[in-house]
Amino acid sequence: MSITAVVRKNTYFDSVSLMSVSTKANGLDGVDQAFTAMGTEMNKGVLENLGLLTDELRAAESGDLMIVLVAEDGADTEALLAEIEDLLTRKAPASADGGEVTYRTIASAAAGIDGANLAVIAVNGAYAAREARKALESGLHVMMFSDNVAVEDEIALKNLAHDKGLFMMGPDCGTAIINNTALCFGNKVRPGSIGIVAASGTGSQEVSVRVHALGGGISQLIGTGGRDLSEQVGGIMMVDGIRALAADPATDVIVLVSKPPAASVEKKVLAEVAAAGKPVVVWFIDGSEEAVTAAGGHFAAGSLQAARKAVELAGVEGSPVEEFDAEAAADAVVSRLAEGQKYVRGLFCGGTLCDETMYAVRDAGLDVWSNIQKNADFRLPAGSASRGHTFLDFGDDDFTNGRPHPMIDPALRIERIVEEAKDPEVAAIVMDFVLGFGSHEDPVGTTLPAIEEAQRIAKDAGRHLEIVAYVLGTDLDTPSVAAQSAALRAAGVTVTPSSTETGRFAREIAKKAQA
Amino acid sequence: MSTENTELTPAARLFASDLSVVNVGLAMFDADIAAQDAKVSTLDWTPPGGGNPEAARALDALERPELAARIEAANAEAVERIMAARPMLIGFGRALDVVPGMTPTTILHSGPPIAWEDMNGPMKGAVTGAIVFEGLAKDLDEAAEVAASGRITFKPCHEADSVGSMAGVTSASMYVHIVKNETHGNIAYTNLSEQMAKILRMGANDQSVIDRLVWMRDVFGPMLKEAVEFTGPVDLRLLLSQALHMGDECHNRNGAGTLLLFQALAPGLLQSSFTTEQKKEVFDFVASSDYFSGPTWMAMAKAALDAANGVADSTIVTTMARNGVEFGIRVAGLPGQWFTGPAQKVIGPMFAGYKPEDSGLDIGDSAITETYGFGGFAMSAAPAIVALVGGTVAEAMGYTRDMGEITTAQNPNVTIPALDFQGLPTGIDVRKVLDTGILPIINTAIAHKDAGIGMIGAGITHPPAEVFTKAATALAAALA
Repeated sequence: MSITAVVRKNTYFDSVSLMSVSTKANGLDGVDQAFTAMGTEMNKGVLENLGLLTDELRAAESGDLMIVLVAEDGADTEALLAEIEDLLTRKAPASADGGEVTYRTIASAAAGIDGANLAVIAVNGAYAAREARKALESGLHVMMFSDNVAVEDEIALKNLAHDKGLFMMGPDCGTAIINNTALCFGNKVRPGSIGIVAASGTGSQEVSVRVHALGGGISQLIGTGGRDLSEQVGGIMMVDGIRALAADPATDVIVLVSKPPAASVEKKVLAEVAAAGKPVVVWFIDGSEEAVTAAGGHFAAGSLQAARKAVELAGVEGSPVEEFDAEAAADAVVSRLAEGQKYVRGLFCGGTLCDETMYAVRDAGLDVWSNIQKNADFRLPAGSASRGHTFLDFGDDDFTNGRPHPMIDPALRIERIVEEAKDPEVAAIVMDFVLGFGSHEDPVGTTLPAIEEAQRIAKDAGRHLEIVAYVLGTDLDTPSVAAQSAALRAAGVTVTPSSTETGRFAREIAKKAQA
Repeated sequence: MSTENTELTPAARLFASDLSVVNVGLAMFDADIAAQDAKVSTLDWTPPGGGNPEAARALDALERPELAARIEAANAEAVERIMAARPMLIGFGRALDVVPGMTPTTILHSGPPIAWEDMNGPMKGAVTGAIVFEGLAKDLDEAAEVAASGRITFKPCHEADSVGSMAGVTSASMYVHIVKNETHGNIAYTNLSEQMAKILRMGANDQSVIDRLVWMRDVFGPMLKEAVEFTGPVDLRLLLSQALHMGDECHNRNGAGTLLLFQALAPGLLQSSFTTEQKKEVFDFVASSDYFSGPTWMAMAKAALDAANGVADSTIVTTMARNGVEFGIRVAGLPGQWFTGPAQKVIGPMFAGYKPEDSGLDIGDSAITETYGFGGFAMSAAPAIVALVGGTVAEAMGYTRDMGEITTAQNPNVTIPALDFQGLPTGIDVRKVLDTGILPIINTAIAHKDAGIGMIGAGITHPPAEVFTKAATALAAALA
């Protein structure tokens, strides 16, 4: 062990900087102890306590820098001293430019950012309502991605928003497009004159994507939250959304998307349809054509029909779209099936996509089981094995509890694909791939190994397993719908051109296979 | 529905403006929004009350509109009192002669109340040193017996209109500052800086420490007392403000403040009745450390904050203090009540030869400076001190901005040039601390955990979150 002391005359450093340098110097390899300090009486006192005060150091004055190095045996003292000197002259990192301000609360961000107008809230459900309230109180529109928010909180927030004329989008509906910017889950679509108000996330994504494919464009997409049209919430945000789009000069046609509303709410919403002064297309899954038509609205039985109607009403010159003959395609599939293969299994990450397919099969008079079945007799909890025609929404709460949405992390669904393939009664597996902002960056790529394994399992057992996929996305999305579809086709998967046609294809397979 | 109205609805205004998103929670949405060329700013968000459900319940109670309005009004008055306070240094005197309730056997200590047997090493060291200094015991061993005998009255400085740095130990014959708040009439006291590292307040108590205390009692203190009689009262808020403009944050960095204070006192010291030799000793002593003015600012802050005590319905913090074992706060609306939690570690650089495991826990009443709004809160005024946290100047700016999120007002009387002369973040609101999850930042010294050694470093610490939860819960119960 060697002790080296250096006194640099008339060299001033702030004592705090020196303590900091000492701390770093003590961490250098080969340093037993290092000490950098000004030659004050106090510092010399400390050195004396440590038994390091040499005569040279004793003579140092308060304007002199003292460097004391106790090096380990064999260490290069000169090199270590140079390193310590380097620490003394080291500049602050380049990031110290004082540039960007980080805010800690919504209120301070709203006050500090000129022009801030909307808050996206994606915190744990226990805290989400509180943050949304603060955003609304600060005059910001809210897009609430969080789920597990109490319905009482939702009602209070929507009333507050309504009083202030602000949007309270969500909770539990992760899609919006405001001023051509997709928020949370959303696709890159052409700007245009069709406005959407939707209580369904993937349902509204599907309509926006189909409108885009048909050559139309979207002015605004307002996601109201999945419970908005329930008796309790009373459609507060759908009504406000319709009124906002009715007053918006850039919107020519309005499309409403929802699961079946509560009867009283449906009445209230349809009254707004009548008052809108603009054509309104209504796609309420399983909804009544009569009521919509009576209110002067345009009824749509499915997502594709809703998009087609909206584009037509907007006067857009339609783009040619892919034709798909579901019946002929189903015949071809059924001819390859082995004895006993009769059921369709739907594995979805989009709730409305699951709904649309499931209802298509049910409407053919077939029994369908699902974790999102309204009929309790046919409800299948998340952990159960499939039976008959089964349609699972992996985005539902029983599957997402404590894990990311399957559009972000498809792991659970991937396991299930292989499991379903082992069931000799399965004729087809139908699944969706949702592209766009917020989604997995390559949902097809990450699922293909499981698809290939499923095909191999069936083949080894002497069966043909039809894999049907719908890719929700546009040519502007990254990855594009074309690229993802091509990868699926290369693996022998049948790719359907829309959610509605996916349902039709699934229905035909189910009908023909079970017949 | 009327749309002819020239006033745009908020929805129409949104559709007609560029989207500017405040993103809370998921960073990936930030990237998505930015990729679409919209403006987005992602919050550095933490759950309210650190995720404590009790804190969230108390906050909900305090945020009910009718109560919230009362609290807002009370807090406005409390911060107005703090900012309008004009603390003047009106003199120095022996604690026994000036501090209310002081007796020959009273020993004041820092932080919330604590019994002798529960004190940590540095505080025990300071107490035994003070007992020897007062002649109540012949040596440290006997002093420990005296301390345990029940003959000594232990009391927090804060309960005797005082503040004390580190162990805060103040005994009868020590000299203290007398600082009067001219606006509201209340007075605050604090003892004198011992200047060195090996000192009583840091827990050191050998003969050199006692000898210095004797000299301070016989020469330094009396000379300062005479000096102020010549100079007249010194406006401390004005000096504090100047010191901040000169690069101090007036808790850990006191170079400018010490010069200013000494400049104010020097003519009085020169006119005092002491010998030239003694005057030189005093001048040398003041020059031996930048810390001379440190206690003075503490008394200044105490005099201002005490003016807010007792403002009914107020959730403003008027005390943050630590005794080395517990951290305690008090709030304006519940005067006299302590809310305590465990004292924390202080993180920062240490003198060579010492390691983090040598440090005692956070100790001292000096967080009164942060309670007023300087010290850690004014880090942006003292870029030279950022090395204390190994950070950058930008981070120092961020500390002051963060403190603005948990405070009620900006003090127009004490400003920070680098932030366009923004006033000190003033009036810590218990509700905002819990709501934001931002804890006050405190710049402080580190004492060795054992008695008899002294200061071994300096750094940054925070109160434990639970003191704010406890205070909010008590406030909710008392005010609702």
